[in-house]
Amino acid sequence: MSSGSTEALAGRRKFLGLAAAGAGGVLLAPGIHLIEVAQAATPEVTSKVRWGLLIDTTKCSSGCSDCISACNAENGLDPVPSPTSAQWIRKVEIKEIKTGRQASVPVMCQHCAEPPCVDVCPTGASFKRADGIVLVDRHACIGCRYCVMACPYKARSFVHEPLTNQKPDVPRGKGCVEGCTLCVQRIDRGGTPACVEACDKAGHHAMLFGNLNDPDSAISKRVRELATRQLRADLKLDPGVRYLGL
Amino acid sequence: MARLDHGFYSLEERIFYVLLLLGGAVTAAGLYAAHSMETHGHAITGMTNQVVWGLPHVFAIFLIVAASGVLNVASIGSVFGQALYKPRAPLSGLLSLAMLAGGLTVLMLDLGRPDRVIVAATHYNASSVFAWNVLLYSGMAAIVALYLWTLLERRMNRYAKAAGIAALIWRFALTTGTGSIFAFLIARQAYQSAVLAPLFIVLSFAWGLAAFLIVQAAMYAWNGQALPEAVRARMARLLGVFVAAALYLVAVYHLTNLYFAKQAAFEAFILLGRGDPSGLFAPLFWLGYVLLGTLLPMLLLWLPQAAGPRSLLAACALVLLGAFALLFVFIIGGQAFPLEIFPGYTATSSFADGTAEIYSPRWPEWLLGFGGLGVAFLLTTIGVRALDFLPQDDFVGRAE
Repeated sequence: MSSGSTEALAGRRKFLGLAAAGAGGVLLAPGIHLIEVAQAATPEVTSKVRWGLLIDTTKCSSGCSDCISACNAENGLDPVPSPTSAQWIRKVEIKEIKTGRQASVPVMCQHCAEPPCVDVCPTGASFKRADGIVLVDRHACIGCRYCVMACPYKARSFVHEPLTNQKPDVPRGKGCVEGCTLCVQRIDRGGTPACVEACDKAGHHAMLFGNLNDPDSAISKRVRELATRQLRADLKLDPGVRYLGL
Repeated sequence: MARLDHGFYSLEERIFYVLLLLGGAVTAAGLYAAHSMETHGHAITGMTNQVVWGLPHVFAIFLIVAASGVLNVASIGSVFGQALYKPRAPLSGLLSLAMLAGGLTVLMLDLGRPDRVIVAATHYNASSVFAWNVLLYSGMAAIVALYLWTLLERRMNRYAKAAGIAALIWRFALTTGTGSIFAFLIARQAYQSAVLAPLFIVLSFAWGLAAFLIVQAAMYAWNGQALPEAVRARMARLLGVFVAAALYLVAVYHLTNLYFAKQAAFEAFILLGRGDPSGLFAPLFWLGYVLLGTLLPMLLLWLPQAAGPRSLLAACALVLLGAFALLFVFIIGGQAFPLEIFPGYTATSSFADGTAEIYSPRWPEWLLGFGGLGVAFLLTTIGVRALDFLPQDDFVGRAE
């Protein structure tokens, strides 16, 4: 082998080495950057907080569906639901059989302290965050629908159709189960759920959101003073959503 | 009984391949249905957010429960030492594996994300009855395979009893687990009853034995033999006992419910069809399960005037028909009845609150369900052809 070809070989090796290092950097850097982004986006979640809702059915009017529209817009759900569409919040019109007394009740995931959906989930995709929000890990859900069978509030929906144009903050997809997240993406930025905001905007103020573990929060004071109730309290699931005027 | 004419045996090989083709075609149709559901989502089925477990679960749970019960024949032989049942143990083991495979195929392909089935193995939630069942089903397959080995390999024969006891205990756990999928659900009025665990065990005995007797009859006919009369009579009596015991537990389940005021509306829905817009559940329960699936088979099995191989086969077919009727009422009816979120109130909403659901299965569910039966049929056909599974009743003499 001539000295010229040896030099050329060494040069090629050097080039390949640099190219490999460069390619490695290009491949790894976004990942490392993403880890930083992911860590930065996750604020501290502790059990010092228990997020809850107080819904005053005496202020909720039967014809109003602003909370539903706001939820659909915030989370990218069907504005006009089909029989198989996901519904994270719905208005249930109830009438007492004995007395005929009527009420319009917004029902969503009740964010139980003892959630049956979390108990039955085979993969642990259904989980409860330290701050009491019950969520579904979109990447671990295999779509077995056992949680839908287990939920006493009909709060879970199965995604029956392929989805497009999902919101970046709200991961959703065909074949998985989902439900109200209490707008966790807004809470983690210090905001309130979209339904609560919409209800306030409409001037009804029928929904109060806050930390049930903080004795000085508005919601804690209200539930201490007024006779509120949890749906299916007999099941002792300790839902984070309470109702007034039922 | 005289051997069938030689025309059949000259065609036997071809008929075997025709059966394979038939089983393969049904299985392929099931796989096609699963592929369509995977592509278009469950929207192409009749399932909704009210009835999330549809016809595929009826087929899958039938196959899994029957897979456990069909092994009863082997257990009676190996564990309880009944000579009559010993030659039938290998066939019973094969059928158990085949039906388990068929049931699990349906269950898996009906998932929203069947591509993620591996997640069920890598992420395990110990408090989930479903997760327990993942272990129970895979363990069952392993134990039955081991058991078959001890039965078929002469050097391993001495371990057959131990393997048989392990299989017996395991399948009690398995059927308890399957019943508990429902028994542990507090949300729905149809479920949350401890009696479901023993009920599923007894149902498994009846369905498994009925399936076994049909396959055994087909194999005897294929080989130009007839089941010895003593064997037929004993197995018919046993099936009758299982069918009666299952009816007793079904009655206990409904009677306890009828005693609770809070369950009255649900029982009226299932037993009387009150508030059922489909009008399906009460007739399926009374005509399908009680009359055709239980009382008629009991007459066919126990009445001396009816004794005979044809009555036995008819009884078996009716028991299996009743199984599907009962499971449909139990699984679909249990979901169709509205959840009672506001006791004492009527409720309406855009999400079908307070309204009984009408579930109409569409083609993907039917094809997927039958695909599971196809898998079980295919595995059984290949198994009995490749290995020696024909029960040999040496002590009563070959009936040729």
